Amino acid sequence: MTLVINGEAIAVPDEVKTVGDLLAHFRLENKLCIVEVNVRIIQKHEYETTALCDGDRVEIVHFVGGG
Amino acid sequence: MNERYSRQQLFAPIGEEGQKKIRGKHVVLVGAGALGTGNAEALVRSGIGKLTIIDRDYVEWSNLQRQQLYSEADAKERLPKAIAAKRRLEQINSEVEIEAIVGDAGPEELETIALKQRPDLWIDATDNFDTRLVINDVAYKYNIPWIYGACVGSYGLSCAFIPNRTPCLYCLLETVPQGGLTCDTAGIISPSVQMVISYQMAEALKILVEDWSALRGKLVSFDLWTNEYAAIRIDGVKKDGCPTCGRHPSYPFLSYEQRTKTAVLCGRDSVQIRPPALRQYDLNELAELFRRQGLQAEANPYLVSVSLGDKRLVVFRDGRALVHGTKDVQEAKAIYYRYLG
Ligand SMILES: [Zn+2]
Repeated sequence: MTLVINGEAIAVPDEVKTVGDLLAHFRLENKLCIVEVNVRIIQKHEYETTALCDGDRVEIVHFVGGG
Repeated sequence: MNERYSRQQLFAPIGEEGQKKIRGKHVVLVGAGALGTGNAEALVRSGIGKLTIIDRDYVEWSNLQRQQLYSEADAKERLPKAIAAKRRLEQINSEVEIEAIVGDAGPEELETIALKQRPDLWIDATDNFDTRLVINDVAYKYNIPWIYGACVGSYGLSCAFIPNRTPCLYCLLETVPQGGLTCDTAGIISPSVQMVISYQMAEALKILVEDWSALRGKLVSFDLWTNEYAAIRIDGVKKDGCPTCGRHPSYPFLSYEQRTKTAVLCGRDSVQIRPPALRQYDLNELAELFRRQGLQAEANPYLVSVSLGDKRLVVFRDGRALVHGTKDVQEAKAIYYRYLG
């Protein structure tokens, strides 16, 4: 399916079904992230149960410490 | 009209009224590294009333690539960053009062500033989440906005946290980041630094002129190398049970147990050690004491630097020390207690 991730249309493999899968796909699962799907922030405990559908708008921001 | 600020006053959302408001404001900058020096210069040029800078480090050669207030002379002299920044900022705008604090931005220090000075804004320019969570607690406890900023490589992000208007950093994080995550070794390019400064400074100006409706209300991130951009509205994440901004706050990061006694400095191969009670060293005497043990020691009015083979011990007046050449807290402690008892 194709998702709009951070404003860009990106095709993801069929195995990506949930927010958790998406983060793993981008190797962000161990980073501290904030994920928004269709303008709703997804809580961490919802990552594995939040299904993604074709055309969903996803915003992902990961935290870093440096300054 | 003061010529100095004429262009800023011509900008309609600020105007003459806004400029007067800016002039009456006191901003506290936590950290004087890359983000700190950029924010400091912009704030001082904008004509705020007072800037307090708190930083625990001193200037080194590797800082000069992006820490815009420092010169080679500062690195040669190993001047504390807060002091070197103050000197340069006073040359830039002598109308602004600059307070330099050479020290750790721990709960005690920040709460003292909040209580005694009631600043209008905190700007985060630290390199670690321990300190950010302390800023977050102090900000919400004393009802003072703060602006998060961070960057690594070509990536950066920023968010303004406003008590009574937005959720806090703790709401957003849900979990407290562990050491390794916050320590970045990927290097940094100066445009990422400047971009974060721009995001922080724009929100700072809105807060200083009290244009609350103009605030972004979003966590923003960018990558200047891969050309990505993301923004997330944060108002939905507020949690009633949050220990910082919830209904019954306990401000956990201000408690005595949270006071850092040791900290590994990011990307610096260094450990900071704070003695349980601050001391008051005569630095020349201390340097002399080291020299009598056959060690090579140099003092300036703020610190003593001693070479110990592949390690170096730097002691500040208040007894706080940096041990360079190790990331091992136990080893650093052993060195500290061997030489300072
Ligand atoms: Zn909160």
